[in-house]
Amino acid sequence: MPDPNDTSLRRAPRPVATVPDLDPVIHQRVRLGILSALAAGGTTSFTDLKTVLDLTDGNLSVHARKLEEAGYLEVRKSFADRTPLTEYALTEAGRVALEAYLDQMEAIIQTARPS
Amino acid sequence: MSRDRPALRRHEPHTAPDDAAASSLRFIRETMERAGTFTAVPGWGGVAMGGVALAASALASRQPTVSDWLTVWTATALVGVVIGAWTTWAKARRGGAPLLSGQGRKFLLGLLPPLLVGVALTLAIYAYEVGPTGEYFARGGAADAVASYRLLPGAWLLLYGAGVASAGMFSVRLVPLMGSLFMLLGALALLAPAAWGDAFMAAGFGALHVVFGVLIARRHGG
Repeated sequence: MPDPNDTSLRRAPRPVATVPDLDPVIHQRVRLGILSALAAGGTTSFTDLKTVLDLTDGNLSVHARKLEEAGYLEVRKSFADRTPLTEYALTEAGRVALEAYLDQMEAIIQTARPS
Repeated sequence: MSRDRPALRRHEPHTAPDDAAASSLRFIRETMERAGTFTAVPGWGGVAMGGVALAASALASRQPTVSDWLTVWTATALVGVVIGAWTTWAKARRGGAPLLSGQGRKFLLGLLPPLLVGVALTLAIYAYEVGPTGEYFARGGAADAVASYRLLPGAWLLLYGAGVASAGMFSVRLVPLMGSLFMLLGALALLAPAAWGDAFMAAGFGALHVVFGVLIARRHGG
Protein backbone atom coordinates (compact mmCIF):
# COMPACT_ATOMS: atom_id res chain seq x y z
CA MET A 1 0.00 0.00 0.00
CA PRO A 2 1.64 3.32 -1.02
CA ASP A 3 1.97 5.94 1.67
CA PRO A 4 -0.65 8.63 0.94
CA ASN A 5 1.83 11.31 2.01
CA ASP A 6 4.43 10.14 -0.44
CA THR A 7 4.28 12.58 -3.34
CA SER A 8 7.08 10.95 -5.32
CA LEU A 9 4.51 9.34 -7.59
CA ARG A 10 3.40 12.74 -8.79
CA ARG A 11 6.79 14.00 -9.85
CA ALA A 12 7.86 12.38 -13.04
CA PRO A 13 6.42 9.67 -15.21
CA ARG A 14 8.30 6.50 -14.40
CA PRO A 15 8.00 2.88 -15.42
CA VAL A 16 5.17 1.27 -13.53
CA ALA A 17 7.48 -1.57 -12.50
CA THR A 18 9.15 0.76 -10.00
CA VAL A 19 5.96 1.10 -7.99
CA PRO A 20 6.74 -0.93 -4.86
CA ASP A 21 4.96 -3.98 -3.51
CA LEU A 22 3.18 -5.06 -6.67
CA ASP A 23 2.68 -8.80 -6.92
CA PRO A 24 4.98 -9.79 -9.79
CA VAL A 25 2.87 -12.87 -10.52
CA ILE A 26 -0.18 -10.76 -11.29
CA HIS A 27 1.54 -7.67 -12.62
CA GLN A 28 1.77 -9.05 -16.14
CA ARG A 29 -0.91 -8.54 -18.75
CA VAL A 30 -1.46 -12.15 -19.76
CA ARG A 31 -1.61 -13.45 -16.20
CA LEU A 32 -3.79 -10.51 -15.13
CA GLY A 33 -6.09 -11.37 -18.03
CA ILE A 34 -6.30 -15.03 -17.00
CA LEU A 35 -7.18 -14.17 -13.40
CA SER A 36 -9.75 -11.54 -14.49
CA ALA A 37 -11.42 -13.93 -16.92
CA LEU A 38 -11.61 -16.68 -14.30
CA ALA A 39 -12.97 -14.24 -11.70
CA ALA A 40 -15.79 -13.24 -14.05
CA GLY A 41 -16.49 -16.49 -15.87
CA GLY A 42 -15.93 -19.12 -13.18
CA THR A 43 -14.31 -22.41 -14.14
CA THR A 44 -13.22 -22.06 -17.77
CA SER A 45 -11.78 -24.53 -20.23
CA PHE A 46 -8.35 -24.07 -21.80
CA THR A 47 -9.94 -23.52 -25.22
CA ASP A 48 -12.43 -20.92 -24.05
CA LEU A 49 -9.80 -19.04 -22.07
CA LYS A 50 -7.55 -19.02 -25.12
CA THR A 51 -10.39 -17.58 -27.23
CA VAL A 52 -11.47 -14.96 -24.72
CA LEU A 53 -7.92 -13.72 -24.16
CA ASP A 54 -6.76 -14.13 -27.75
CA LEU A 55 -3.69 -16.17 -26.78
CA THR A 56 -1.71 -18.98 -28.33
CA ASP A 57 -1.63 -22.45 -26.72
CA GLY A 58 1.96 -22.03 -25.57
CA ASN A 59 1.48 -18.58 -24.17
CA LEU A 60 -1.56 -19.59 -22.13
CA SER A 61 0.14 -22.78 -20.86
CA VAL A 62 3.26 -20.97 -19.68
CA HIS A 63 1.42 -18.23 -17.84
CA ALA A 64 -1.22 -20.56 -16.40
CA ARG A 65 1.59 -22.71 -14.99
CA LYS A 66 3.14 -19.69 -13.27
CA LEU A 67 -0.23 -18.86 -11.73
CA GLU A 68 -0.65 -22.48 -10.68
CA GLU A 69 2.79 -22.52 -9.06
CA ALA A 70 1.82 -19.38 -7.14
CA GLY A 71 -1.33 -21.17 -5.97
CA TYR A 72 -3.63 -18.67 -7.70
CA LEU A 73 -5.39 -21.13 -9.96
CA GLU A 74 -6.03 -24.82 -10.01
CA VAL A 75 -6.01 -27.08 -13.02
CA ARG A 76 -8.63 -29.78 -13.46
CA LYS A 77 -7.93 -32.38 -16.08
CA SER A 78 -10.62 -34.77 -17.22
CA PHE A 79 -12.00 -36.43 -20.30
CA ALA A 80 -15.07 -35.38 -22.28
CA ASP A 81 -15.97 -37.97 -24.91
CA ARG A 82 -12.44 -39.36 -24.74
CA THR A 83 -10.99 -35.92 -25.52
CA PRO A 84 -8.78 -34.50 -22.79
CA LEU A 85 -10.40 -31.47 -21.17
CA THR A 86 -8.33 -28.98 -19.21
CA GLU A 87 -10.18 -26.53 -17.03
CA TYR A 88 -8.92 -23.69 -14.90
CA ALA A 89 -10.47 -22.29 -11.75
CA LEU A 90 -9.49 -19.40 -9.53
CA THR A 91 -8.39 -20.43 -6.03
CA GLU A 92 -9.19 -18.45 -2.91
CA ALA A 93 -5.58 -17.26 -2.84
CA GLY A 94 -5.96 -16.11 -6.44
CA ARG A 95 -9.10 -14.15 -5.66
CA VAL A 96 -7.43 -12.48 -2.67
CA ALA A 97 -4.38 -11.64 -4.78
CA LEU A 98 -6.50 -10.14 -7.57
CA GLU A 99 -8.46 -8.05 -5.07
CA ALA A 100 -5.23 -6.85 -3.45
CA TYR A 101 -3.91 -5.90 -6.88
CA LEU A 102 -7.12 -3.98 -7.66
CA ASP A 103 -6.79 -2.13 -4.34
CA GLN A 104 -3.19 -1.24 -5.17
CA MET A 105 -4.17 0.10 -8.58
CA GLU A 106 -6.90 2.22 -7.02
CA ALA A 107 -4.48 3.49 -4.38
CA ILE A 108 -1.98 4.49 -7.05
CA ILE A 109 -4.65 6.47 -8.89
CA GLN A 110 -5.89 8.08 -5.67
CA THR A 111 -2.36 9.10 -4.69
CA ALA A 112 -1.44 10.50 -8.07
CA ARG A 113 -4.60 12.49 -8.68
CA PRO A 114 -5.38 15.44 -6.42
CA SER A 115 -8.91 14.96 -5.14
CA MET B 1 -10.97 -10.48 -34.83
CA SER B 2 -13.28 -7.99 -33.11
CA ARG B 3 -12.13 -4.45 -32.41
CA ASP B 4 -13.34 -4.33 -28.84
CA ARG B 5 -11.01 -7.08 -27.72
CA PRO B 6 -8.76 -5.84 -24.92
CA ALA B 7 -5.17 -5.35 -25.98
CA LEU B 8 -3.22 -8.04 -24.20
CA ARG B 9 0.34 -7.39 -25.12
CA ARG B 10 0.39 -3.64 -25.03
CA HIS B 11 3.57 -2.38 -23.43
CA GLU B 12 3.54 0.86 -21.53
CA PRO B 13 7.10 1.17 -20.30
CA HIS B 14 7.20 4.93 -19.93
CA THR B 15 3.77 5.93 -18.79
CA ALA B 16 2.98 7.51 -15.45
CA PRO B 17 2.10 5.00 -12.72
CA ASP B 18 -1.43 6.30 -12.38
CA ASP B 19 -2.03 6.04 -16.12
CA ALA B 20 -0.67 2.51 -16.08
CA ALA B 21 -2.88 1.70 -13.09
CA ALA B 22 -5.94 3.14 -14.83
CA SER B 23 -5.07 1.14 -17.93
CA SER B 24 -4.74 -2.02 -15.83
CA LEU B 25 -8.13 -1.44 -14.24
CA ARG B 26 -9.67 -0.84 -17.66
CA PHE B 27 -8.06 -4.00 -18.97
CA ILE B 28 -9.40 -6.03 -16.03
CA ARG B 29 -12.90 -4.63 -16.52
CA GLU B 30 -12.90 -5.33 -20.27
CA THR B 31 -11.56 -8.85 -19.78
CA MET B 32 -14.15 -9.60 -17.12
CA GLU B 33 -16.93 -8.33 -19.38
CA ARG B 34 -15.70 -10.50 -22.21
CA ALA B 35 -15.35 -13.58 -20.02
CA GLY B 36 -18.70 -13.10 -18.29
CA THR B 37 -20.88 -12.28 -21.31
CA PHE B 38 -22.33 -14.35 -24.10
CA THR B 39 -21.86 -12.01 -27.06
CA ALA B 40 -23.13 -14.15 -29.91
CA VAL B 41 -26.76 -13.01 -29.69
CA PRO B 42 -27.70 -12.43 -33.32
CA GLY B 43 -29.13 -8.99 -34.11
CA TRP B 44 -29.91 -9.54 -37.78
CA GLY B 45 -31.16 -13.03 -36.91
CA GLY B 46 -33.66 -11.35 -34.57
CA VAL B 47 -34.78 -9.05 -37.38
CA ALA B 48 -35.28 -12.07 -39.66
CA MET B 49 -37.23 -13.95 -36.96
CA GLY B 50 -39.36 -10.83 -36.45
CA GLY B 51 -40.10 -10.58 -40.18
CA VAL B 52 -41.18 -14.22 -40.32
CA ALA B 53 -43.39 -13.75 -37.25
CA LEU B 54 -45.09 -10.67 -38.73
CA ALA B 55 -45.94 -12.61 -41.90
CA ALA B 56 -47.07 -15.59 -39.80
CA SER B 57 -49.45 -13.56 -37.64
CA ALA B 58 -51.17 -12.19 -40.75
CA LEU B 59 -51.47 -15.73 -42.08
CA ALA B 60 -52.54 -17.26 -38.75
CA SER B 61 -55.37 -14.78 -38.25
CA ARG B 62 -56.98 -16.01 -41.49
CA GLN B 63 -56.98 -19.73 -40.59
CA PRO B 64 -60.45 -21.30 -40.47
CA THR B 65 -59.74 -24.00 -37.87
CA VAL B 66 -57.82 -24.35 -34.64
CA SER B 67 -55.70 -27.05 -36.17
CA ASP B 68 -54.67 -24.85 -39.12
CA TRP B 69 -53.95 -21.96 -36.81
CA LEU B 70 -51.70 -24.14 -34.65
CA THR B 71 -49.97 -25.50 -37.74
CA VAL B 72 -49.05 -21.98 -38.88
CA TRP B 73 -47.56 -21.05 -35.50
CA THR B 74 -45.78 -24.39 -35.04
CA ALA B 75 -44.15 -24.04 -38.46
CA THR B 76 -43.21 -20.45 -37.60
CA ALA B 77 -41.64 -21.57 -34.32
CA LEU B 78 -39.56 -24.20 -36.14
CA VAL B 79 -38.40 -21.65 -38.75
CA GLY B 80 -37.58 -19.24 -35.91
CA VAL B 81 -35.50 -21.86 -34.07
CA VAL B 82 -33.57 -22.65 -37.24
CA ILE B 83 -32.90 -18.95 -37.99
CA GLY B 84 -31.93 -18.30 -34.36
CA ALA B 85 -29.61 -21.30 -34.09
CA TRP B 86 -27.98 -20.67 -37.43
CA THR B 87 -27.36 -16.92 -36.93
CA THR B 88 -26.12 -17.49 -33.37
CA TRP B 89 -23.70 -20.13 -34.61
CA ALA B 90 -22.50 -17.82 -37.41
CA LYS B 91 -21.98 -14.87 -35.07
CA ALA B 92 -20.16 -17.02 -32.49
CA ARG B 93 -17.86 -18.32 -35.20
CA ARG B 94 -17.17 -14.82 -36.50
CA GLY B 95 -16.47 -13.31 -33.08
CA GLY B 96 -14.66 -16.31 -31.61
CA ALA B 97 -17.19 -16.73 -28.78
CA PRO B 98 -17.58 -20.16 -27.20
CA LEU B 99 -21.01 -21.54 -28.08
CA LEU B 100 -21.54 -24.81 -26.20
CA SER B 101 -19.30 -24.10 -23.23
CA GLY B 102 -18.83 -21.28 -20.77
CA GLN B 103 -21.30 -18.43 -21.14
CA GLY B 104 -22.82 -19.88 -24.33
CA ARG B 105 -23.78 -23.03 -22.44
CA LYS B 106 -25.29 -21.01 -19.59
CA PHE B 107 -27.26 -18.94 -22.11
CA LEU B 108 -28.64 -22.08 -23.76
CA LEU B 109 -29.46 -23.76 -20.44
CA GLY B 110 -31.27 -20.61 -19.30
CA LEU B 111 -33.30 -20.38 -22.50
CA LEU B 112 -34.24 -24.02 -22.95
CA PRO B 113 -36.46 -24.96 -19.94
CA PRO B 114 -39.20 -22.33 -20.55
CA LEU B 115 -39.23 -23.21 -24.26
CA LEU B 116 -39.73 -26.89 -23.43
CA VAL B 117 -42.56 -25.93 -21.07
CA GLY B 118 -44.10 -24.07 -24.02
CA VAL B 119 -43.90 -27.17 -26.21
CA ALA B 120 -45.47 -29.36 -23.50
CA LEU B 121 -48.24 -26.86 -22.83
CA THR B 122 -49.00 -26.51 -26.54
CA LEU B 123 -49.21 -30.27 -27.01
CA ALA B 124 -51.48 -30.59 -23.99
CA ILE B 125 -53.84 -27.86 -25.19
CA TYR B 126 -53.82 -29.24 -28.72
CA ALA B 127 -54.80 -32.69 -27.41
CA TYR B 128 -57.48 -31.12 -25.23
CA GLU B 129 -59.00 -29.06 -28.05
CA VAL B 130 -58.91 -31.69 -30.75
CA GLY B 131 -60.38 -34.35 -28.49
CA PRO B 132 -60.10 -38.13 -28.48
CA THR B 133 -62.06 -38.52 -31.71
CA GLY B 134 -59.74 -36.25 -33.62
CA GLU B 135 -62.35 -33.66 -34.66
CA TYR B 136 -61.57 -29.99 -34.39
CA PHE B 137 -63.85 -27.02 -34.54
CA ALA B 138 -64.00 -23.89 -36.64
CA ARG B 139 -62.61 -20.68 -35.21
CA GLY B 140 -65.04 -17.86 -34.52
CA GLY B 141 -67.96 -20.09 -33.43
CA ALA B 142 -69.58 -20.35 -30.02
CA ALA B 143 -67.20 -23.07 -28.81
CA ASP B 144 -64.22 -21.01 -29.97
CA ALA B 145 -64.97 -18.16 -27.56
CA VAL B 146 -64.20 -20.34 -24.52
CA ALA B 147 -61.52 -22.53 -26.09
CA SER B 148 -58.33 -22.98 -24.10
CA TYR B 149 -56.06 -22.61 -27.14
CA ARG B 150 -56.78 -18.89 -27.02
CA LEU B 151 -54.55 -18.70 -23.95
CA LEU B 152 -51.61 -19.89 -26.04
CA PRO B 153 -50.37 -16.53 -27.45
CA GLY B 154 -50.13 -15.10 -23.92
CA ALA B 155 -48.47 -18.27 -22.61
CA TRP B 156 -46.00 -18.40 -25.52
CA LEU B 157 -45.01 -14.75 -25.06
CA LEU B 158 -44.63 -15.23 -21.29
CA LEU B 159 -42.57 -18.41 -21.59
CA TYR B 160 -40.31 -17.14 -24.38
CA GLY B 161 -39.86 -13.92 -22.41
CA ALA B 162 -38.97 -15.88 -19.26
CA GLY B 163 -36.36 -17.88 -21.20
CA VAL B 164 -34.83 -14.80 -22.83
CA ALA B 165 -34.85 -12.86 -19.55
CA SER B 166 -33.06 -15.61 -17.62
CA ALA B 167 -30.64 -16.53 -20.42
CA GLY B 168 -30.01 -12.81 -20.90
CA MET B 169 -28.40 -12.64 -17.45
CA PHE B 170 -25.34 -14.05 -19.19
CA SER B 171 -25.49 -11.68 -22.15
CA VAL B 172 -25.61 -8.00 -23.02
CA ARG B 173 -28.20 -5.91 -21.15
CA LEU B 174 -30.54 -5.50 -24.12
CA VAL B 175 -31.34 -9.22 -24.04
CA PRO B 176 -32.92 -9.47 -20.55
CA LEU B 177 -34.72 -6.19 -21.28
CA MET B 178 -36.25 -7.73 -24.39
CA GLY B 179 -37.23 -10.82 -22.37
CA SER B 180 -38.98 -8.69 -19.77
CA LEU B 181 -40.94 -6.83 -22.45
CA PHE B 182 -42.02 -10.17 -23.95
CA MET B 183 -43.29 -11.19 -20.51
CA LEU B 184 -45.16 -7.92 -20.13
CA LEU B 185 -46.82 -8.41 -23.53
CA GLY B 186 -47.69 -11.99 -22.58
CA ALA B 187 -49.38 -10.87 -19.38
CA LEU B 188 -51.33 -8.20 -21.29
CA ALA B 189 -52.34 -10.77 -23.92
CA LEU B 190 -53.85 -12.98 -21.21
CA LEU B 191 -55.85 -10.02 -19.88
CA ALA B 192 -56.94 -8.73 -23.28
CA PRO B 193 -59.79 -10.15 -25.41
CA ALA B 194 -58.69 -13.51 -26.81
CA ALA B 195 -59.34 -12.36 -30.38
CA TRP B 196 -56.29 -10.06 -30.12
CA GLY B 197 -53.97 -13.07 -29.75
CA ASP B 198 -52.41 -12.84 -33.20
CA ALA B 199 -51.93 -9.08 -32.83
CA PHE B 200 -50.02 -9.67 -29.58
CA MET B 201 -47.96 -12.33 -31.34
CA ALA B 202 -47.14 -9.79 -34.07
CA ALA B 203 -46.22 -7.16 -31.47
CA GLY B 204 -43.99 -9.59 -29.54
CA PHE B 205 -42.37 -12.13 -31.84
CA GLY B 206 -42.60 -9.64 -34.73
CA ALA B 207 -42.02 -6.06 -33.58
CA LEU B 208 -39.94 -6.69 -30.42
CA HIS B 209 -37.61 -9.02 -32.35
CA VAL B 210 -37.16 -6.48 -35.15
CA VAL B 211 -36.57 -3.49 -32.84
CA PHE B 212 -34.16 -5.29 -30.48
CA GLY B 213 -32.56 -7.08 -33.43
CA VAL B 214 -31.65 -3.74 -34.99
CA LEU B 215 -30.38 -2.37 -31.64
CA ILE B 216 -28.24 -5.46 -30.99
CA ALA B 217 -26.93 -5.53 -34.55
CA ARG B 218 -25.89 -1.87 -34.31
CA ARG B 219 -24.34 -1.93 -30.86
CA HIS B 220 -22.98 -5.45 -30.65
CA GLY B 221 -21.69 -6.27 -34.08
CA GLY B 222 -24.34 -7.94 -36.23
